[in-house]
Amino acid sequence: MNATLLLVQALNGLQFGLILFLIAAGLTLVFGVMDFINLAHGVQYMVGAYLVAAFSAWTGSFGWALLLALPSALAFGLLLEVLVFRHLYDRDHLDQVLATFGVILFLNQGVKFVWGAAPLSVPVPELLSGSVEIANGLLYPVYRLAIIAAGLVVAALLYVLVNHTRVGMLVRAGASNAAMVSALGVNIQRLFMIVFGFGAMLAGFAGAMVAPILSVEPGMGDNILILAFVVIVIGGIGSIRGAFLAALLIGLVDTVGRTFAPNLLRLVLDPAAASQTGRALAPMLIYIFMAAVLFFRPSGLFPVKR
Amino acid sequence: MADPLLELRHLRKAYGALVVTDDVSLSVRPGELHAVIGPNGAGKTTLIHQISGTLASDSGSILFDGEDVTSLSMPQRVSRGLARSFQITSVLPGFSALENVALAVQARSGSSFRFFGKVAQEKALNEPAMDCLAQVGLAARAHLPAGLLSHGEKRQLELAIGLATEPKLLLLDEPLAGTGHDESQRVVETLRRLKSRLTIVLIEHDMDAVFSLADRVSVLVYGRVIATDTPERIRANPEVRAAYLGEEEMV
Amino acid sequence: MTELAETRSASMPSLRPRLEIVPIILFATFAAAPLLATVSGAEGYVLSLLTRVMIFGIAAMALDLILGYGALVSFGHAAFFGIGGYAVGILASQGIEDALVQIPVALAASALFALITGAISLRTKGVYFIMITLAFGQMLYFLATSLAAYGGDDGMTLASRSLVAGSGILENDFTFYWLCLLCLLGTYAFSRSVVASRFGRVLRGTRENAVRMQAVGFQPFPFQLTAYVLSGMMAGLAGCLLANQAEFVSPAFMTWQRSGELIFMVVLGGLGSLHGAIIGAAAFLLLEEFLPEILHASSFFLSEETRAHLAENWKMVFGPLLILIVLFVRGGIMGLLRRPYHG
Repeated sequence: MNATLLLVQALNGLQFGLILFLIAAGLTLVFGVMDFINLAHGVQYMVGAYLVAAFSAWTGSFGWALLLALPSALAFGLLLEVLVFRHLYDRDHLDQVLATFGVILFLNQGVKFVWGAAPLSVPVPELLSGSVEIANGLLYPVYRLAIIAAGLVVAALLYVLVNHTRVGMLVRAGASNAAMVSALGVNIQRLFMIVFGFGAMLAGFAGAMVAPILSVEPGMGDNILILAFVVIVIGGIGSIRGAFLAALLIGLVDTVGRTFAPNLLRLVLDPAAASQTGRALAPMLIYIFMAAVLFFRPSGLFPVKR
Repeated sequence: MADPLLELRHLRKAYGALVVTDDVSLSVRPGELHAVIGPNGAGKTTLIHQISGTLASDSGSILFDGEDVTSLSMPQRVSRGLARSFQITSVLPGFSALENVALAVQARSGSSFRFFGKVAQEKALNEPAMDCLAQVGLAARAHLPAGLLSHGEKRQLELAIGLATEPKLLLLDEPLAGTGHDESQRVVETLRRLKSRLTIVLIEHDMDAVFSLADRVSVLVYGRVIATDTPERIRANPEVRAAYLGEEEMV
Repeated sequence: MTELAETRSASMPSLRPRLEIVPIILFATFAAAPLLATVSGAEGYVLSLLTRVMIFGIAAMALDLILGYGALVSFGHAAFFGIGGYAVGILASQGIEDALVQIPVALAASALFALITGAISLRTKGVYFIMITLAFGQMLYFLATSLAAYGGDDGMTLASRSLVAGSGILENDFTFYWLCLLCLLGTYAFSRSVVASRFGRVLRGTRENAVRMQAVGFQPFPFQLTAYVLSGMMAGLAGCLLANQAEFVSPAFMTWQRSGELIFMVVLGGLGSLHGAIIGAAAFLLLEEFLPEILHASSFFLSEETRAHLAENWKMVFGPLLILIVLFVRGGIMGLLRRPYHG
């Protein structure tokens, strides 16, 4: 086992985990506070990426693009809330799954309609391009470090917001018992909008940040959505702390696991079989992990007490 | 004196600092109608949950018909003859009254892993089911969807379902709750008729019913049993009067 | 968290006799279709389309058994498509091309997968159940993409359709159509029987009120697991047929989007009515097939270029259509058919 490779993959895992967290945070709040399964959360991520791609092409600067993309993503999320999601809060989960599935179909086709099916590319901002030496002879891209930093800052901000502000307290109360909060006179409609909008913006931010390093294409939100759901289920629905820990765990398990599974298996199998099995097992690891967690803790690691 | 059919030994259940069931020991003789009364919040329903197996006690044991059933699940206790009704009506609203009861009969008559044959036409299930419905006076409403029955009729249905499980002991959680005068009279008469065939543990607030039906009464206050005795002696018991019956004129 | 689909109950007993006409018409239509196909002149196309409809009908019906009657929202049912399909593909590539061997193997594999995943999934409730079934579906999907020997991501083509006792009669599209219709009828009859049986009653009761069932003496778990296994096996059969119909099998059979589509078909047709699921599958697939044409035709007042654009982006109409149906059509298509009979 190569120590430098391990370090690189650990950092990649951290970065991936933080992106997952940004998406999962909004998802778990919306689910926790409004009991609303939003399969269309992944398109928020995709829309964030497309917006930054569009603005970046228009202004020529990633910084400006990001500044423009964030409020646009927020506006877009609120638009969806008013047009579609608001009517689904009272429905059972099955209806919500199906309706948001319809939104995915519409928007995946929509971006294809506007921007075409070919992937867009966003150049890495000048300031953050290149690599930096983080350990002996080990170079790591600056931009990825920037993502990690941004992710940690947002996580800290979220922590402060949720635990030390009045709005945050309402959100936590809502996650525990929305009916009670409403009965106490809080405008639950507005609280929902705030939660929803904020979650949408976080996901859009995540999409915007990864745009330079991933390909921006229709459907890019679909698979990461599934992973985000895995994160919130493992973490416990409604819990930001759970989402944070679970996201990091998943990010690490997936990245490090993919690289080292064949190596580990080489201890028990011959190289060819180890390589085959390793490659087959690697993408399944996260799901095996989730199934195991749910087996011992059917409500996740940090379920919010209702 | 015959061995008790149901015996509770030092049952305890707490939610954090709140002790809901505090060292409850009780025994119920076969054939008797044993009422459990107490002010709201005394923990009566929690006690029923523990006896029936819906809730696990923190400590203590429950013996039924000589067997320690403390660790058995609800369906397992039901198959041994320990059945219950629910305080908040819990029937299958989409099923007819008859089907609700037939289902209970089905649980005791052979395997339900049969994939062929129209169950709705099985005489072996429908006949005993109609019988139970007749006993509670619901025979005329047998084919109505249970969701369309009146509140009192649903309570009767609960009773019929309980009977269909052929229990040795029936736990009734406030069968008269929410019923009007006429309906509650009917339920009381049904219970009187059942007294001879079954052992019944009855939780109720309706004092008329309790004192007219019960052989013995236990009084539960803040999770503790403060007295167990015949209805007359309970009525006269000063501790009970102070804690529960208050200074009101007694029936 | 609310139990999913708790309030969607099966049709009321007094109305059932009147609606038996629907399955009769449905199967009569399927039986008459080959004739119409020959008359239409586009034989191959019509047969192929309707065969697909029947195959998805079987899978949707299998899902209805646990979703409509058991309120178990499985978001990984497409996995069984994959198991059935790959059973055919893998065996065929090893030289075993006879359906009489392939189908029992597919059924056994489906049953095993359902047994193991069901045993784990059924310990959870509500959204957790959805997620864990989704996870298992994904696992199988990734497993399939990693099978380089069997095409990996791209899947593999079958040299020919399965043989039946050594003969290649299934190569004929008509014969294959009749086989699928036979399977549809068989699984429908079996499902109807299960639902009306003792077992079905317990399953339906568990959907309505699980606590009450326990109070009466039934442990829900063995019944739900058995239903899950039966459902998985039927969907596995559909997978075998699908692989044969397309003469191709790939991981695309078992994406989570495909699982979502199956749920859609069942809800569209109307939960808890079995033939409703078949109708839902038909409506979904036919809409998918013809919406572009319908859009093209009905936008005659627009320029040709716009019309082509519109037809190309039919999914942008499909998506909102699905949303509207979910929001406003309670009880699906069967619900619409039932309404005239309500007092």
